[in-house]
Amino acid sequence: MSPHTEPTLTSDRPVLEVEGMRIERTDIGAPIVTSLDLQLAAGESIGIVGESGSGKSMSAKALIGLLPEGVVANGTARFDGQNLLGLSERQWRSIRGRQIGMIMQDPFTMLNPVMRCGRILEESLLPERRLSRAERRAEAIRRLAEVGITDESVVERYPFQLSGGMRQRVAIAAALARDPKILIADEPSTALDVVTQREVLALIKRIQAARGMALILITHDLRVAFATCDRIQVLYAGSLVETGRADDVRELPQHPYTQGLLLSEPPADRRVRQLVAIPGSVPSAADVQDRCSFASRCRWAEDVCRDGVPPLAEVGDDRHSRCVRLPEIGAEMATLLSKSEERVVVPAEARSDGALIDVVNIEKVFESGGRTVTAVDDVSISVREGESVGIVGESGSGKTTIARMLVGLESPSGGEIVIDGIPVRSWRALSPRDRRKLRQTVQTVFQDPYSSLNPMRTIGWALKEAITTHDRGGGNVEGRVAELLESVGLSAGYAQRRPSSLSGGERQRVAIARALAVEPRVLICDEPVSALDMSVQAQILNLLQEVRTERGISCLFITHDLSIVRHASEYLYVMHHGKVVESGPTESVLDNPADEYTAQLLNSVPRPEGQWLATGDADEMAATRG
Amino acid sequence: MTGRAILLMIGKRLVALVVLVAILSFLVFSLVHIAPGTAVDAYLGGKPATPELVQLLTERYHLDEPFFTQYWLWLKDALVFDFGESTLTTLPVTDEIGIRLGPSAFLAVYAYVLTMILGVVPGIIAALRQRKLLDRGLVAGAVVALSTPPFVMGILLLYLFAVLVPIFPAAGRGEGFFDQLWHLTLPALALALCVAAFLLRHTRASMINVLDQDYIMFARARGLSWGHVLVRYAFRNALIPVVTVSGALLAFFFAGAVFVEATFSLGGIGELLVQSAQTSDMPMIQALAILIAVLIVLSNLLADLAYVAIDPRIRFEGRSA
Ligand SMILES: Nc1ncnc2c1ncn2[C@@H]1O[C@H](COP(=O)(O)OP(=O)(O)O)[C@@H](O)[C@H]1O
Ligand code: SF4
Ligand SMILES: [Mg+2]
Repeated sequence: MSPHTEPTLTSDRPVLEVEGMRIERTDIGAPIVTSLDLQLAAGESIGIVGESGSGKSMSAKALIGLLPEGVVANGTARFDGQNLLGLSERQWRSIRGRQIGMIMQDPFTMLNPVMRCGRILEESLLPERRLSRAERRAEAIRRLAEVGITDESVVERYPFQLSGGMRQRVAIAAALARDPKILIADEPSTALDVVTQREVLALIKRIQAARGMALILITHDLRVAFATCDRIQVLYAGSLVETGRADDVRELPQHPYTQGLLLSEPPADRRVRQLVAIPGSVPSAADVQDRCSFASRCRWAEDVCRDGVPPLAEVGDDRHSRCVRLPEIGAEMATLLSKSEERVVVPAEARSDGALIDVVNIEKVFESGGRTVTAVDDVSISVREGESVGIVGESGSGKTTIARMLVGLESPSGGEIVIDGIPVRSWRALSPRDRRKLRQTVQTVFQDPYSSLNPMRTIGWALKEAITTHDRGGGNVEGRVAELLESVGLSAGYAQRRPSSLSGGERQRVAIARALAVEPRVLICDEPVSALDMSVQAQILNLLQEVRTERGISCLFITHDLSIVRHASEYLYVMHHGKVVESGPTESVLDNPADEYTAQLLNSVPRPEGQWLATGDADEMAATRG
Repeated sequence: MTGRAILLMIGKRLVALVVLVAILSFLVFSLVHIAPGTAVDAYLGGKPATPELVQLLTERYHLDEPFFTQYWLWLKDALVFDFGESTLTTLPVTDEIGIRLGPSAFLAVYAYVLTMILGVVPGIIAALRQRKLLDRGLVAGAVVALSTPPFVMGILLLYLFAVLVPIFPAAGRGEGFFDQLWHLTLPALALALCVAAFLLRHTRASMINVLDQDYIMFARARGLSWGHVLVRYAFRNALIPVVTVSGALLAFFFAGAVFVEATFSLGGIGELLVQSAQTSDMPMIQALAILIAVLIVLSNLLADLAYVAIDPRIRFEGRSA
């Protein structure tokens, strides 16, 4: 069922109507959410989209009366004739669970670790339904069946004995045990693998339709929202910047931020010339109270944008935007959008001969607690001169282990690694000369740049260290530092700063600069953007692209995200359970997958065009995956 | 962990206990030979060395046999709780200990129970009233109690509740359960307060951490009552780390009561330990060292069993799906 064409359940009177909800800290009065409006009809699904820190979770907590100590919500949230934001704890007891339910992001922390799943479900049932023990158990089993768990033994199991997807299903069943009219789902699939993510979202949608329940889906992923929701509300730094029907927003965003977000995500189905990145990083709600919250990053910003907060103006049928300059810039935005959608065809060149990295039949076995786990199983990979090679796979498929073996953080249990002609099975057995040579050939950029930078030292110090350990010749080190910073888009002044004063994107830039300090020939990037805000990811992807083309260095790009490999690699390896299941030129692998698993991965990428959640037998699959 | 696995764990611990006692017994036995002077001097314990006495001791402890034979013979006796006679009183060591074991055990268990109550309950309350006045008061009180050594606390309590307001006896151990309870209240409090203060802070930190977990919020979002969430969610999870530290306390109270026993003239094991060290009462030292080691191992085993009962993740370790 397409989520957009089924307005039958939607009645006119909204079940929940939020007006001007403001959430702030009581101690310093700083706002977390400056203004949120929302109208939710029965059976409708609304997506609240925003980057981390935009106030999504706080809004959800406010709407279920569980704001943390020291945070208050003002305004109105009308439900069933009462204002939720003014309820006492006692009044909330008749709302929570019965009228409004909530599930949270992390299935690994959401369930009581010392309670069996059956008990969790039983205690969640309505207390006034006086059921016998056996009836309660039968009800728990019925509820599990509703979320696609047919294995009855799950009631006897503890949460830690289940996979993430199963836990999230149990959590959904528990959240729905008192049959609420509204479900608030706060990033319910973010912590899950792509394949499981689709299953869980499909499940939520199916139950929603079956029960006629209203849904508020909170996500940082526009594509997920488009694929699952009727209407979208885009939240940026604590205020709504755009609202509208999902299809309308997707086809023609009416706010520069929404458009920026849309363009900075690489599309999964085609390669584009260059991502249109949003410069800078997300401000805090408190810092942008008196202006357009997006002004510091908007290419169309002018003085009028900083002159007070623009109103959330109606710009079409069921369509609002908080941009004062929309009438002037609308046409330009539309041109930019259509230009960015052009597909570029990458000429299918034959791979060059010179292999910089050659991994042959490599294997890695870990022993833990008497069990052996084969993390990498007979994998062969090569990276040629000047080429960008992608490795894609779900978490746990062995990608990072390969990267760690390539840089000597782990030794393979079998097989051979040759880097630039030097066999590197064991780094310890290498001569110091070879080791130094290797460090100059291969450099890495990891997911979390913070952990690899010394918090006590300045950025300049870290870069100098990288320059001098590899090149004792001296020369103008200060000049080199400035040059490096410049090459990653940072001003020379950053040399004086410490890692803690940098945003995530800036830290990743520094990490890239440090890797470039030795002028490597291969850059290994392990999930380099997955810890970054959506609007910053494109900056880093563009930077990596730029660095590659300018310096002609090769790249081994490791990620779980198919859209990113499509954009960032020419040759692709798909990994599953430690094995390479498919390889070939990226375009042809993704356009015509030969392996079943690759096809499944591709199917899991959120697609707004209709049938994403309906494709495949999501639930049957889940039941067998455990 | 199945019943069998738990039995296996207990079995392993008991084997470890035997090994430990074996090693310890050897060390303790060697003391006699390491101590200054001859082995006979050690067993004389300062008494004049008349030829008859020397002869008697040499026979009693087989001092003319080779070292390992001596050890073997000593060990055989020790296994049936015969550690020889106290050099001080010439009574059998085991009898001397037996007399004092009762009050010491009573005191240790009493102090343990008080510690758990006085540590865990205010710890939970402090966490629930985080940063409020009551919390600050309890934490400040804990700091004071933590920095007051048990014997100072003992004297203070003695002065307050036995002299100034004489509701408890100042000395003696009492007869029968209730009389003992009455007699041992002040010493047990003196012992318990310092450790309870430590436990209070531990419980508070653990509870604050648990209250902040997603599963608490998720339980409340499902409409479960606060009381239910507290009991079934917060307490259970918060007590896991508390149980793990509580194991060492029982043994600690047993041996660590020296000063308090002296302050309240209880004549317990602690006092005996000090006395035997002062008078180089070798057989007594040997017996006490082994007794205390066994107690430490056993009380840790008890704590681990409680841990297994309370935390299913331990029971299923290595078997998760
Ligand atoms: N307990 C708290 N007290 C005060 N501020 C908080 C608290 N928790 C989160 N915040 C602030 O609220 C803002 C919004 O957080 P959140 O709603 O979690 O964002 P999102 O879910 O969109 O990532 C953040 O800037 C964060 O610093
Ligand atoms: S109001 Fe101005 S700064 Fe804000 S989005 Fe519109 S054009 Fe950009
Ligand atoms: Mg959040």
